[in-house]
Amino acid sequence: MNPILRAVFEPGFFASAPVRVALLAGGMAALVSGIVGTFAVLRGQSYAGHALADISVTGGSASFLIGITPLWGFAGVSVVAAAAMDLIGVQRRRGRDLATGIVRGAALGLAALFLYWGTTSTSTTGATITVLFGSIFTISGSSTAVAALLGVTALGIVAGLYRPLLLSSASPELAFARGIPVRATGSLCLIAIALAVSLSALTIGAILSTALLVGPAAAGLRLTSKPGLAILWSAVIGLAATWLGVLLAYDSYYWPPAHQGWPVSFFVVALVLVFYLLAQFGRPAGTRRDKAVARQAEAGA
Amino acid sequence: MADRDVVRTAEPGLAADREETLAVAGVGVRLGGREVLHDVRFSIRAGEFVGLIGSNGAGKTTLLRVILGLQKPATGQVRIGGAARAGRGTAVGYVPQKIELDPDMPLRARDLVGLGLDGNRFGIPMPSRGRRERVTEMLHAVGAAAFADARVGTLSGGEQQRVMIAHALISEPRLLLLDEPLANLDIRSEQEIVSLLARISKERGIAVLISAHEINPLLPVMDRVVYMADGRAASGTTGEVVRPEVLTRLYGHHVDVIHLHGRVSVVPGQDDEPASGSRDDTHVLHADPAAPALDKAEGRR
Repeated sequence: MNPILRAVFEPGFFASAPVRVALLAGGMAALVSGIVGTFAVLRGQSYAGHALADISVTGGSASFLIGITPLWGFAGVSVVAAAAMDLIGVQRRRGRDLATGIVRGAALGLAALFLYWGTTSTSTTGATITVLFGSIFTISGSSTAVAALLGVTALGIVAGLYRPLLLSSASPELAFARGIPVRATGSLCLIAIALAVSLSALTIGAILSTALLVGPAAAGLRLTSKPGLAILWSAVIGLAATWLGVLLAYDSYYWPPAHQGWPVSFFVVALVLVFYLLAQFGRPAGTRRDKAVARQAEAGA
Repeated sequence: MADRDVVRTAEPGLAADREETLAVAGVGVRLGGREVLHDVRFSIRAGEFVGLIGSNGAGKTTLLRVILGLQKPATGQVRIGGAARAGRGTAVGYVPQKIELDPDMPLRARDLVGLGLDGNRFGIPMPSRGRRERVTEMLHAVGAAAFADARVGTLSGGEQQRVMIAHALISEPRLLLLDEPLANLDIRSEQEIVSLLARISKERGIAVLISAHEINPLLPVMDRVVYMADGRAASGTTGEVVRPEVLTRLYGHHVDVIHLHGRVSVVPGQDDEPASGSRDDTHVLHADPAAPALDKAEGRR
């Protein structure tokens, strides 16, 4: 291996089994979050996605108490919460933030209780750290299989409903007039969002999973005006942030001060932010900001 | 009350010549115990351009919802192309007032028009040359080619209307419904949209029903008018409907049609019914001098 590559990939990176699992599971979570996240942003549901991520903390902490893999907790609770928010009225613009806020507050209260019990019964904060900040290097094989299944489900939903979701994000009325069941497609999209944040909760942590849902999507839509391409960019950016994050976390074992390794989640989230900021320099054809500004000036005059 | 029960004028003599594209037969709607529509009946034939005129709360939007199949009528029925059916799907093109998409969302005018072709289908669309050419052709037909690749959220109200008209027309509907397309447009865009719709209606033989609170911009091109007040409707040519006797019966209180500076204003008369609180007594409706406009309108028939 040449010296530059050796400096980038510290010894044993590719041979390490935890690294390979991290690249695989983290990559899946990033792809699913990037793709589903674009729909969340397009449909103005990024706050709902953020809330679902917070709510999944409840499921993750409960799963530690009853001794099952946290992914089931994340996914189970966030899907149930998605359904509840849907029932309360998350699809109506006015009811959306209220319904989301109420469900989110109640769920975080429960999470506080479960994490307290978990901490006092084991006398460690391991569960808390895992739930909140992820455990990408310690994901079990069975969790990876379940993650793949949930990821494929989420992708299947948004791929199947690609056109109805796009149309109803532009105008629910237009979608209605085309015979699209707007309500049902919206509910399914929310479930896909719940599944996406569950996967990211497993890898980079429940309270950080929004970063992978919203960040790459927000960067992607700065780079192109084509919806399909925006989704692709989002997926690529999410994947790049995750894989680079894993690499940096691995390398950081050799870094000062403690030679203990920095958390992956920190790197992933920081890289998402960097990519987002870089994307701000892009100005795709079709945004016509100059003309829009001119028109506003004209209207104001 | 009896004399204002149903206001109807004679159907034009040509009624039997062509098939009715839309027939609204005695439609009544009750919402929350209130009668929102009462025995509304009129019909539109292929290639006819009909204005649905009335002030806010007259029942225009409810009527459009009934025709679209979004609202079930308590009495009567809607027939499209001779068949009693809801208007959702491809037989009816619908144009709402505006698009609800932020300027930074990646959806181009071209994408929205394409969704008019297959937006209700499942799966990811395969790009094809035929589809692309059809979309481009449609964008040209409505004068939207110049901003085909712009994001729909960045377009002005008039530009959005053109794109939505293209979206509605690309599935080759027999009936085009437009909900207040002229609201919030400047005068020039207003005239451009009206003449575009009139041209499309004649060239493609499409029945057009356009709701508006102002009759004035539509007078030069309107074949017939459906005039609504308080959930009731009068239909016929403008010469038959925009007359003091007819409108007095429709409003349920005396109105005058006044010629002023070469225009006609419909204003509340002196001998109002005293206790007609639910009606908007300040409603003033402008109309062009009847004779030339009507000659033009009827000459087109």
